[in-house]
Amino acid sequence: MEFRLDDDQIALRDGIRAFCDGRVPNEQFAVLEEAGGFDRELWSELAEMGVFALRLPEADGGVDLGMADAVIVFSELGRRLVPGPLVWSHLAADLIDGAATGAVVVGGIDSEVPGPIMIEHLDFLDALIVLYADRVERVDPRQVKGEAIAKPLDPLTPTHHVAELPAGDVIGDAELVARIRLEGAALLSGFLLGITEASQELATEYAKGREQFGRPIGGFQAIKHLLADCFVRQEVARAAAYAAGATVDHPDAGDVAATVSGAKLNCAEAAMKNCRTCIQVHGGMGYTWEVVAHYYLKRTWVLENTFGTCDEHAEIVAARLDAQLA
Amino acid sequence: MDLRYSESDEKFRAELRAWLEREVSAYGPRPEHDVDDWNARRAYDTGWQKRLHAGGYAGINWPREYGGCDLPLSEQLVYYEEIARARAPYVGVNFVGMLHGGPTLIAEGTQEQKEKYIAPIINGDHVWCQGFSEPGAGSDLASLQARAVRVGDEYVVNGHKIWTSFAQVADYCEMLVRTDIDAPKHRGISWLILPMDAPGIEIRPLKTMTGDSEFSEVFFNDTPVPVENLVGKENDGWRVTNVTLRFERGTAFTSEMYNLQAHLAQLVQVAKRVTRHDASAWEDRALRREVGHLKAELDALWAMLKLSVAEAAGNEGGMPGVGASAVKLFYTELYQRVTELAIRLAGRAALSRGDIAGFPNEEFVAKHMNSLSLTIAAGSSQIQRNIISERILGLPRER
Repeated sequence: MEFRLDDDQIALRDGIRAFCDGRVPNEQFAVLEEAGGFDRELWSELAEMGVFALRLPEADGGVDLGMADAVIVFSELGRRLVPGPLVWSHLAADLIDGAATGAVVVGGIDSEVPGPIMIEHLDFLDALIVLYADRVERVDPRQVKGEAIAKPLDPLTPTHHVAELPAGDVIGDAELVARIRLEGAALLSGFLLGITEASQELATEYAKGREQFGRPIGGFQAIKHLLADCFVRQEVARAAAYAAGATVDHPDAGDVAATVSGAKLNCAEAAMKNCRTCIQVHGGMGYTWEVVAHYYLKRTWVLENTFGTCDEHAEIVAARLDAQLA
Repeated sequence: MDLRYSESDEKFRAELRAWLEREVSAYGPRPEHDVDDWNARRAYDTGWQKRLHAGGYAGINWPREYGGCDLPLSEQLVYYEEIARARAPYVGVNFVGMLHGGPTLIAEGTQEQKEKYIAPIINGDHVWCQGFSEPGAGSDLASLQARAVRVGDEYVVNGHKIWTSFAQVADYCEMLVRTDIDAPKHRGISWLILPMDAPGIEIRPLKTMTGDSEFSEVFFNDTPVPVENLVGKENDGWRVTNVTLRFERGTAFTSEMYNLQAHLAQLVQVAKRVTRHDASAWEDRALRREVGHLKAELDALWAMLKLSVAEAAGNEGGMPGVGASAVKLFYTELYQRVTELAIRLAGRAALSRGDIAGFPNEEFVAKHMNSLSLTIAAGSSQIQRNIISERILGLPRER
């Protein structure tokens, strides 16, 4: 058992972090927002970094890494709220030609999720993956008739409301549906871990610099303890997300479904709570558009409702426990 | 990053499991007796320690030269999983010696101290207690007032300690005393090995909310302690104490953490057995969600421990880092939420502290009451938050 980052993983993490820090600093959020929440050039650069081809075999132009590595990469993308259909394009690397190189931008939707059909990034997509209970279809996004949401929740997640999904080409069966849902949840755990870390760091930095009553507010226990809780949640999320990656890579290490659901639940909850705390610690400024805290919270809301909510994952974990006891 | 156990880990597991199956049933459950019959409790707990020692399973993280197993990290985790699975006796009165004083002596003791004190801890001959807290020095431990004045070859100790676990049956006390009253509070403390049969010691058991007297107040009145019982240098006791506390916050609760998984599983089994609104309680989706949520957190805790201990393995002497505070804080608050759900499931059956109507309240109620001590002992949750925010996040320090 070697349950910690090895040297290659540390190098991978540092490389992606340096790229994202340089390419998507806080000031860039407003620029991306202005551009409608997508940047094709950035997309190509991410593809060059190997974000989409990460888990493809080298023979297919990939990097031949595992889910644990992908979780690390996605946590770095999450730290900087990198926009775009990252998870779907990554998952499409071995399903749709051009996804791995970034030439084809792939989005997706799980049609089994109750409620209105809300498709993200539709205007920027070259291919759309649709999950049904028994099959996976590839749909031409130009055939999808939808109404652009005038005020999307997340300014960096443009969304269309679609009345009906057109038929597409079947590219997989129920087994692929299950794999996409599982791997999607694992990758999002990583992304949410990044949000959890970044919102804690943003709040801590602010608390060190902001002075009231003649001293930094980070010196008051009322604030320190909020931030300590953020750190604990971050460590819980980190362990859960890494465990999900390691268990997908080695299914004999544990219960894959329970570990991935547990990770999605822990990471989404940690991200939500840390983002709220981040706004609270910023005081009035945290409530403004200018301070970036709200971008983190809004993305978290989107991701909580993607590849399973906390409640849904809690029920999966409970069912797995029940099955273990039987 | 790999969570799989190796072939040799699994071989170790198989041998241990076979040994536990034989020994746990042969040793038998804790005898029914008055919870405050401390001689009986000592006999049971140290008897099990002797069996572990004879079987080669005592001191799993202790160095071999001190009689320990010095198991690699992965086998330690296997050990805790199997101990919980076999429902083996808890460490009990051996807690302070095995998880606290012993590791501190290994890290900080002189050769003579190690030779004299360590073997009797690991073989179950000696029981230790902890003389840290005082009525006026709880969270602010460094403000402790117990005095030790050097007279010739002895320290003469006077003071009043509290929350001393197992004092009634202890042979030795890991004792914090002030040896320099003029120095700043952190710089005048020393760590002594105090024999509990020395003169001038009065023990007054404290009845806790669970009804038993695990803790005592201990009064020292001109109690002599040989100077060779000083651990570390005189007035360097605060540093030594932090070694002790980090062990306590790091790995000391590992077996209890894993036991909590068994507790949640038991809760599910009870929920499936009992009826609520014409269906089993387990049919209640709200309950299943809560259970799933807690299970996910328990799994994350176990993964967090694996990460934390893997990091500690890189430190000198395998000492847990300050990240151990995050594990302790999360674990103890999660423990309260898990055990509280069991009480809520019991409903009005929880009016009885004993087993009733299919509810194992002897365990459910006791565990929840006990959980309330966990967020206070070994550095309260508030102290852990101070440690995390100051030493990890770099926020301004308290005075």
